[in-house]
Amino acid sequence: MAYDKFTKLTSSAVPLPIENVDTDQIIPARFLKATERKGFGDNLFRDWRYNQDNTPKEDFVLNNETYKGKILVGGKNFGSGSSREHAAWAIYDYGFRCVISSFFADIFKNNCLNIGVLPVQVSEAFLAEIFEAVEANPEVQITVDLEGQTVSLEGSETVESFDINAYKKENMKNGFDDIDYLLNLGDDIATFATQRPF
Amino acid sequence: MKKTLFDKVWDSHVVKSVPGGPDVLFIDRHMVHEVTSPVAFLGLKNRGIKVLHPERTFATADHNTPTLNQHLPVEDPLSANQLAALERNAKEHGISYWGLGHEKNGIVHVVGPEYGITVPGATIVCGDSHTSTHGAFGAIAFGIGTSEVEMVLASQCIMQPKPKSMRIHIEGEVGNGVTPKDVALYIISKLSTSGATGYFVEYTGPVFENMSMEGRMTVCNLSIEMGARGGMIAPDQSTFHYIKGREFAPKGADWDKAMDYWQTLYTDEGATYDKELILQGSDIEPMITYGTNPGMGVGISKNIPSASESKDSVDSYKKSLKYMGFNENEPLLGKKVDYVFLGSCTNGRIEDFRAFTNIIKGRKKADHITAWLVPGSHKVREAIIDEGLYDILTEAGFELREPGCSACLAMNEDKIPAGKVAVSTSNRNFEGRQGPGARTMLASPTVAAATAVMGVVTDPRTLSN
Ligand code: SF4
Repeated sequence: MAYDKFTKLTSSAVPLPIENVDTDQIIPARFLKATERKGFGDNLFRDWRYNQDNTPKEDFVLNNETYKGKILVGGKNFGSGSSREHAAWAIYDYGFRCVISSFFADIFKNNCLNIGVLPVQVSEAFLAEIFEAVEANPEVQITVDLEGQTVSLEGSETVESFDINAYKKENMKNGFDDIDYLLNLGDDIATFATQRPF
Repeated sequence: MKKTLFDKVWDSHVVKSVPGGPDVLFIDRHMVHEVTSPVAFLGLKNRGIKVLHPERTFATADHNTPTLNQHLPVEDPLSANQLAALERNAKEHGISYWGLGHEKNGIVHVVGPEYGITVPGATIVCGDSHTSTHGAFGAIAFGIGTSEVEMVLASQCIMQPKPKSMRIHIEGEVGNGVTPKDVALYIISKLSTSGATGYFVEYTGPVFENMSMEGRMTVCNLSIEMGARGGMIAPDQSTFHYIKGREFAPKGADWDKAMDYWQTLYTDEGATYDKELILQGSDIEPMITYGTNPGMGVGISKNIPSASESKDSVDSYKKSLKYMGFNENEPLLGKKVDYVFLGSCTNGRIEDFRAFTNIIKGRKKADHITAWLVPGSHKVREAIIDEGLYDILTEAGFELREPGCSACLAMNEDKIPAGKVAVSTSNRNFEGRQGPGARTMLASPTVAAATAVMGVVTDPRTLSN
């Protein structure tokens, strides 16, 4: 599915300084029953965000007007657990275009890249600096530059570079998905298939 | 060049390597279920294309299905809608579909091996992270997201950077009463839930060589819980013996040809891994988790570790214990439990039911325990009845349900109520995984059985035979 191109993003951030945020927290299983990709943002972090009677939990960051922006900053090992792409959809649908953490779970990272959310891995030290800066000033701007593969924080000297493979980078910059690429390889794949032993 | 088992299988499936990017990997078998596939099928429709290889694609309904009264219409309209969508999509694209009530229905990772869809040297994917289960046969098997499901439906290929390789070797033997689940929980407790992120694991050593195929499946199933993309074990006589004669397995001359290939599937002497972990079998005892990720496990006879001993940060350790309602340094044995769940793609196979029944035989379920016994498939359920386990279970006050994922992810009605403690044979103890507010302790079928009869966390080795 096509998504918005990603080149450079400057935004304030929403901080979630919790480690091992798993995809069951990002979107609990009972909200995976849709057959279309719509409205997942409403249930992003559902059980941390709402009480069982659906009233908002005051102390959760998404219910705090002070924090806004297109960047979500999470603790170490973000996105572990289930392969549900719905977790990445919920993040995108809510309005985030980038997640910053010091470590990502594999499948979650792939899923993000496939749908137009940029996962940016930074050092533990820089992550701590970002959390501190956002807490001190919720308006503080973070800039993520995909072309230069750098991330910087307003008012800080630190500029870190992040990894992304060249192919995925091109895709993100153009809003392409892998299927177009694979469909163009049709002949090669057909030849390969005939040679498989089973 | 010396190659690992993983290299051999991976390299033989690369259609093309994208410069500076991922490999285009050919997929031999694609398992599909109702939750992660509808948006992928919608994608095909929008592009006006069909599934490229329906004969390599297998669909089963499991995540959403009720485990009681499967002959009646599914009550939850959203679940019913998702199940109907899978049926419609399978029909439209000519994919074999094992829906609710079908004799081959069951959890996707249980039925794949049962019917010989899972074979050594194959690449197998599914929109479910526990696809790693199939690695028990020496296959490369891993979970994928919905965009990737669409890729595979459309092109039978997936774009993946090649993961690094890791060997987990266990020396010596494990003690009496230690099950494959304990071995896996032990490894995760050593590695943490991110210790193998970026790696594909090969398990080696006598403990795995002597394990049954079902035990190997339990271990490979849990590879994802240490962050690994997947885990695999080199195929051997146990593997070939298990596969032979199953419905979708190669037959006749094809079998001989396949065997020639399968026998080349081992790590060459002198091949190297990017990372190695060596553990001692004798250090492993029956395990149980006390926190809210699968890495928070300890030997059942131990106390809950203190914050300083935990691999998690102090904050996340404290958050976990608060959620569970537990305290630092408390003993685990004797903790009151409300629910017991036997099932899931981790421990929902016939050997798991045999192990459970063996413990409860001649005993009674504790009155206050609610027990959900959910076979992984119809075939498992039939075996439970045929082998007489059903009668023993009923005699002891247990009820046997119909197959599905059930309380493993609580997408159907099988939800553990808020605040209740469950000893569960499934794979994840995340907050709310088994129902909003549910508290999960992961353990083996034998620990679950001992706990179900005693009503408190119990070491099965302490029950007399
Ligand atoms: S039993 Fe649990 S882990 Fe296994 S496929 Fe079902 S939901 Fe996934």
